[in-house]
Amino acid sequence: MSAPAATLTAASGSTSALHIYGTEAKYEFLKTLRQPAYVIPTLTFPLLFYVMFGIVFGGKQAVGEVNLATYLLATYAAFGVIGASLFGFAAGVAMERGYGWLQVKRASPMPPLAYLAAKAAMSMIFSAILVTALFAVGTAFGGVHLSALKFLELAGLMIAGSLPFSAMGLAIGCYCAPNSAPAIVNVLFLPMSFCSGLWLPLQLLPKFLQHLAPFLPPYHLAQLALRLVGFSRAANPWQHVAALVAFTAAFLLLAQRGFKRDDVSINA
Amino acid sequence: MTLKSYATKEEKPVVAALAGVTKKFGGITALQNVSLNVRAGELLAVLGPNGAGKTTAVRLMLGLSSPLSGEVTVFGRDPRTASARGRIGAMLQVAKVPETLKVKEHINLFRSYYANPLSLLATLEAAGLEALENRLFGALSGGQKQRVLFALAICGNPDLLFLDEPTVGLDIATRLLIWQRIRILVQQGRTVVLTTHYLEEVDALADRVIVLNHGVIVAQGTSAEIKSRTSQRKIRCATRLGRGEIESIPEVAGISEQESRVEILTSQVEPVLRELFIRDPNLSGLEVSNSTLEDAFLKIVETAKPEAQEISA
Repeated sequence: MSAPAATLTAASGSTSALHIYGTEAKYEFLKTLRQPAYVIPTLTFPLLFYVMFGIVFGGKQAVGEVNLATYLLATYAAFGVIGASLFGFAAGVAMERGYGWLQVKRASPMPPLAYLAAKAAMSMIFSAILVTALFAVGTAFGGVHLSALKFLELAGLMIAGSLPFSAMGLAIGCYCAPNSAPAIVNVLFLPMSFCSGLWLPLQLLPKFLQHLAPFLPPYHLAQLALRLVGFSRAANPWQHVAALVAFTAAFLLLAQRGFKRDDVSINA
Repeated sequence: MTLKSYATKEEKPVVAALAGVTKKFGGITALQNVSLNVRAGELLAVLGPNGAGKTTAVRLMLGLSSPLSGEVTVFGRDPRTASARGRIGAMLQVAKVPETLKVKEHINLFRSYYANPLSLLATLEAAGLEALENRLFGALSGGQKQRVLFALAICGNPDLLFLDEPTVGLDIATRLLIWQRIRILVQQGRTVVLTTHYLEEVDALADRVIVLNHGVIVAQGTSAEIKSRTSQRKIRCATRLGRGEIESIPEVAGISEQESRVEILTSQVEPVLRELFIRDPNLSGLEVSNSTLEDAFLKIVETAKPEAQEISA
């Protein structure tokens, strides 16, 4: 496997790119799994909220074509995925950037994309775990009746849907100090989730919030998820996909600008 | 280090260079028109007080930062290319390293970045980390953490190694261990660029020294050459001779009185001593000290200040 690398120069990097991406993702996963401060809130809060609002408080009542438990399964899946992606990226990048660790990695021959891909893969794995757990709880206790295919579709949507919020977390991580990043994520994440109708159906919220929601990225992921579980009031899906793509591009641009400041701000 | 071995090193090829590099952060000039060559197989120490521009010079050569003007090359290439980085290892100053990975996991991850890395075992051994491979990084002592960073710098089997203040804040034992490992790396034919503000470190390791102050190179040469920049030595003794009497000895360059003793500065110790003993046979408590690298450094930095300000103005 290492035979072509014998010359030790230019071409050798490409032969093991896949190996690097795999190793980076593996250790990112191990590193994250050993951080209870990330794992516990990320996995338990969405489940806890779902059980409280979606099951204990009358999950059988109808919201449009579906019952509340099914409706909130979609929105709390979005809530969980968004949290996992935002915290994973924002806190991780802010720490590793702010404390100089990222610089050590950048000085190595690591492909910069491997760093981001590993973190994005992490958000996706946590997203998949969350959707599975919510689906299991909803089906067992909430009277949710969705097919295995629907589950797979929802999981697929949420895995892809973690990307815009990974990008948003990255942007936050590129601007914030290590100490302030988690607080800033909370300040953005919780109100944004509420106003996007992730905690309670949007129809129950005041009119002005319903008008505000389309300007928030979580709203669009939630609408796509709601459409999947059979709540058909959600309009044309492609406008939501387009909105999420646009948000992703904007956050990546913002992140790039933030990252470039580093060269200027580090003192001699 | 003799002048002769320095001369042979001079002929070796240049592996990294700054050519007329200026770098500013906001309004502050970190480096002002700095040119330096790093030659294959040498250990070059970049010495200077905090804020002198040492870390900036290293960051430029690692491609972590771009010069305002001038050119940076490593192995004849732009340091930001992956092919240059594949032959480089770097130990930088880090406030916090991810704590939930084990020592061997950190090392294996960095090994995966390189085409021809050292084995895990060889890396652990070279950094003095045997028996610690399964320890989580967060559970290590300060000296052990620093050794892991050293391990990450060398695990790629690099030809060129940058060590940015590798022993800052370390206990003596770990410092000596790292010095010993650095010597081995140089013996293996690797090139090392070391920044430090510890003069003993330069004395113990370096073939060649560059002294930076306020972003300007104020001196360079072997550590012996740098020392000789202050040729003066110190004589301390208790004597009945008065100040005027000592000053009348032609070779005396300076004199200061401390409690019961006088301190005499001179570049020619022997004639001064002979004269002192003739004039005061009862002279006692005699001490003669060589100028240290520290004396030289302080003198260079002190005398260089106005010059540096002139340039950056």
